[in-house]
Amino acid sequence: MKDASPAKPYALHLGVIALLFTLSFVLPEYHHGLLARIMVLAVFAMGYNLLFGYVGLLSLGHAMFFSAGLYGAGLAVIHLGWSVPAAFAAGFACGALLALVIGLLALRTSGVAFMIVTMMFAQVFYLVILYLAAWTGGDQGMVVPQPMRVLVLGSTSLDLTNPTVRYMSALTLFSIVLLISLAIVRSGYGRVLVAIRENEERTKMLGYDTFSNKLAAVVISGSICAASGAAYALLFGYVGSSFASVQYSILPLLWVLLGGAATTLGPLIGTLFMYYVIDVASGYTSAYLLIVGIALILLVLFFPRGILGSIRQRWLGWLP
Amino acid sequence: MTDKNGFFDLSRSALTRRTALKGLAAGAGLAVAPGFVRYSQAQSSAPIKIGFQSHRTGIGAAYGRWYEKTTAAAVKAINDAGGINGRQVEVIIEDDGTDPGRGAEVVGKFASQHKTDIVYGTLFSHVVIGSAPAAGEAKMPYFVVSEGHHVASTKLNRYVFQPGITDVKSQIQSMAPWIAANAGKKVTQIFPDFAFGYDHRDYLPPALKAQGAEVIAQIAIPPTESSFTKYFPQIPAETEVIYHVMVGPAVLTFVKELGEFYGSNRPQLFGFIDSLEATDINSPGLEFLDGSHFWEGSPRYAQPDDSPAQKAYRAAVGIDDNGAAVGDPKDVSTAAHMFGCWETLYVVKKAMEDAGYKGPEDRAKLVEATEALTEFADGPEHPQGPKTFNGKIHQCFGIQNISKVEGGRLNVVHKTKIEDGLYEPEGDYTTQAL
Amino acid sequence: MHFGPHLLLAALEGLVTSAVLALTALGLSLVFGVMRVVNVAHGEFFMLGAVLAWAISTAISGHPALGFLAALVLAPLIVGLIALVAERLVLRRLNYNPEATIVATIGMLYIIQQLALTFYGPEARPVEPPFSYRILLPWFGYSGYKLSIIAASALLLVATWLVLTRTKIGLIMRATQYDSETAQAFGIPVTKVYAGVFALGAMLAAVAAVLIVPISQAHYLMGQDPLLLSFIVVIIGGLGSLRGTVVAAVLIGLSDGIISVFFSPTLAKIIATLLVAMVLVFRPQGLFGTTSR
Repeated sequence: MKDASPAKPYALHLGVIALLFTLSFVLPEYHHGLLARIMVLAVFAMGYNLLFGYVGLLSLGHAMFFSAGLYGAGLAVIHLGWSVPAAFAAGFACGALLALVIGLLALRTSGVAFMIVTMMFAQVFYLVILYLAAWTGGDQGMVVPQPMRVLVLGSTSLDLTNPTVRYMSALTLFSIVLLISLAIVRSGYGRVLVAIRENEERTKMLGYDTFSNKLAAVVISGSICAASGAAYALLFGYVGSSFASVQYSILPLLWVLLGGAATTLGPLIGTLFMYYVIDVASGYTSAYLLIVGIALILLVLFFPRGILGSIRQRWLGWLP
Repeated sequence: MTDKNGFFDLSRSALTRRTALKGLAAGAGLAVAPGFVRYSQAQSSAPIKIGFQSHRTGIGAAYGRWYEKTTAAAVKAINDAGGINGRQVEVIIEDDGTDPGRGAEVVGKFASQHKTDIVYGTLFSHVVIGSAPAAGEAKMPYFVVSEGHHVASTKLNRYVFQPGITDVKSQIQSMAPWIAANAGKKVTQIFPDFAFGYDHRDYLPPALKAQGAEVIAQIAIPPTESSFTKYFPQIPAETEVIYHVMVGPAVLTFVKELGEFYGSNRPQLFGFIDSLEATDINSPGLEFLDGSHFWEGSPRYAQPDDSPAQKAYRAAVGIDDNGAAVGDPKDVSTAAHMFGCWETLYVVKKAMEDAGYKGPEDRAKLVEATEALTEFADGPEHPQGPKTFNGKIHQCFGIQNISKVEGGRLNVVHKTKIEDGLYEPEGDYTTQAL
Repeated sequence: MHFGPHLLLAALEGLVTSAVLALTALGLSLVFGVMRVVNVAHGEFFMLGAVLAWAISTAISGHPALGFLAALVLAPLIVGLIALVAERLVLRRLNYNPEATIVATIGMLYIIQQLALTFYGPEARPVEPPFSYRILLPWFGYSGYKLSIIAASALLLVATWLVLTRTKIGLIMRATQYDSETAQAFGIPVTKVYAGVFALGAMLAAVAAVLIVPISQAHYLMGQDPLLLSFIVVIIGGLGSLRGTVVAAVLIGLSDGIISVFFSPTLAKIIATLLVAMVLVFRPQGLFGTTSR
């Protein structure tokens, strides 16, 4: 944002997308599958980053937006027999609507109160999923039947359970959301959001309606998270209440902070880092959480602004 | 951290400290146990690899530890007797964190990185259901030891099997006649407000009704709850039997609070031992359970009429007559469930031998060979007792035990018949494509 | 059971929850209020208190009260020491940066949980209460020990209040909370205050856990619920308000207990959570907070 020239950032982002595309053909099977999952969850983190990184609103309830997408899409397939695109749209719409309602209520608060209110709404959402177990499968969750997970486009039908199709679908979603968030960040609207983060009172005095700008940010953020959830349900075939628990609200915060808040690529880096630390550490010891904990502390000691945040601060000022 | 300087040095009891250290050593111990490493002797073919999806961390960790011990014992026994199809068995353990998302990733890891022949071992229902799609897509036979009704419901897929432990629906149905005849006719159910509880909520009332008894109240406790007293007033005064199936670390609290609430003047109690697996029945506060009854899959305490196979199994796994680890009476096992690991591995052995299993290319044959199984005879391979297997719903059926708490132990007072637990199949996996 | 006794029982249960919650939340409130650190590992200090209570009370033979009293003194001290070390080694080096400390305390959470799992194990283990007296009411029996928890908690809260308002230490803490830079300018050793506050916060959580463990059992995952509830209490009560923290703890404990009388359990939880959230939506500064931050 410090450099007005748009060429470099766009080149970087397209390069990252091209790299991910190429990786699809060279990665061993296991890492190929893992990366597909990471890209879907990185979308979740990007949605979170938009609100937390750029507007400075720390939510501890984003699991509800993710699971609104997850259940919106999953239940539409399971109970209504909807096709993949319709189910994805349903999940997305559920998340957007929920984000609008939550935004209207929670934005009456700010700071730590916002954090707690979102956490409590998410807890209500989680309990409602358990309460409606007849439809949601309660804590056990439900399997989205394999034959239903087929994307029909004209005369071709793509089987979402096929690893390559799954990888490319995840990459498509990831790329769209990455470019959208880059565009938002570089737009006038993005600058208003940052202005709100830096000094809300002053932004208000400059004549901006900070409430509706923040509300729009909550809705966009919630919708992106819902898109990630909907994709997760359709690509991986499982909807379950553990994705609505507070743990899944803390995870995107952690991913974003690790990768670097308010950096467009940080969410991907953070998710990738966290996944591989767990994966590698659990291969060496059954006490791998110890290693994960130590890794987090060391990382934050040496990269207090997250990986990309610290790189931007020290070397690459133009990073978006 | 070593015990010399660790804060656990405060503990004066050597036994309890040993428990802790044992937990630490378990991982290391398994790594050097025979069968867990590539068989080093001259062997014509590579070992058969079994991916073990274990609850090492998360809420299921107490079960996971005992599932690992039982698995190690069974694999040792199988390998000592020559392995499967002349090949040794190697177990690769991955932690699923008792989380369905991680569970699915672990199945993927077994299929594509470790390239195991099968995946096996999961207990918690949500992990099974979360992992099942991954297993189906990878066409990876997935043998669970979960006791959930999810497999038999035929809502999962053709690659998921539960041949070593009976499902909850069958267990409940077998309990009903005994409860109605011996405990009382008016039953109040207390169960966790999640899936494990719903099986009890849905299947007990009709089963009791068929026996001339009835459920007069159902109290579902939210899973986030850690204290229960405030729900007890909802138990109707005319209740003759309280039927409880709480799970998780808060169950001790549940029983203690029930004791404080009722004192000695209590209704009959009937529970599922799931509540108190890995927990000493003589813990402070549990005196209240004296004289109450429990379902047990396999008895925790050694019984006078134990078969030689049961005795051999207990010795192999390393549990004493009280169902605790040999040498550490405080380390109580999950005896009512973990036998399922032992029996499942022997089913896998049988099915692989029937299929002439050679490698991953024979997985479909293995599925068909497992579906073709019908009976497992009582004996060293099935120490809990005889079983039948329904290949259409991938579920086994067996006998159940009802035990009474007497003098600080659980004594089996009734064994059900296999027929008591049979029900109409809800579907047929064999019609699905392989 | 009739409505009256049922309500009485629910209220008693609510008060026990409130008593433990008030202590735990007070610890979090101090750390949050004075240091502006969102301590995600607070629940793990609570868990450590319970686990240590088990270790200490099983190590001491004789009357259960002996072991319990030893635990009540020793467990918080050990937990305080661990917190002090963590503060020195990690938080101070991060300069108490709000975002970095979230990651760091999540790291601590993983480390403490894993150590507890490795050295203590996955089982839930009971601690014998110092005395077991069952109060027999006309309608139901009730644990005498539970009532004593309410008394002990009240006593500890009053003591903390006295320290905060009547001693020099308390004055220094309040000054640091109000404006750490000015406090530093007046020669207050702010980093020492921070270290002390972090340790004290952890000790309060540990005391609460020792009190509750005879009725609730030690388990390595027991830290999450107290953490979430404490956050709620701290914010509802108003940041830095001791009175507000206590009132909020009682409000949340009682509403949870009493709403359970009228609705099915899970629905009761949903309604109670929603109600408390709405309090915050319409009074964002908390019940006793003066300014929004």
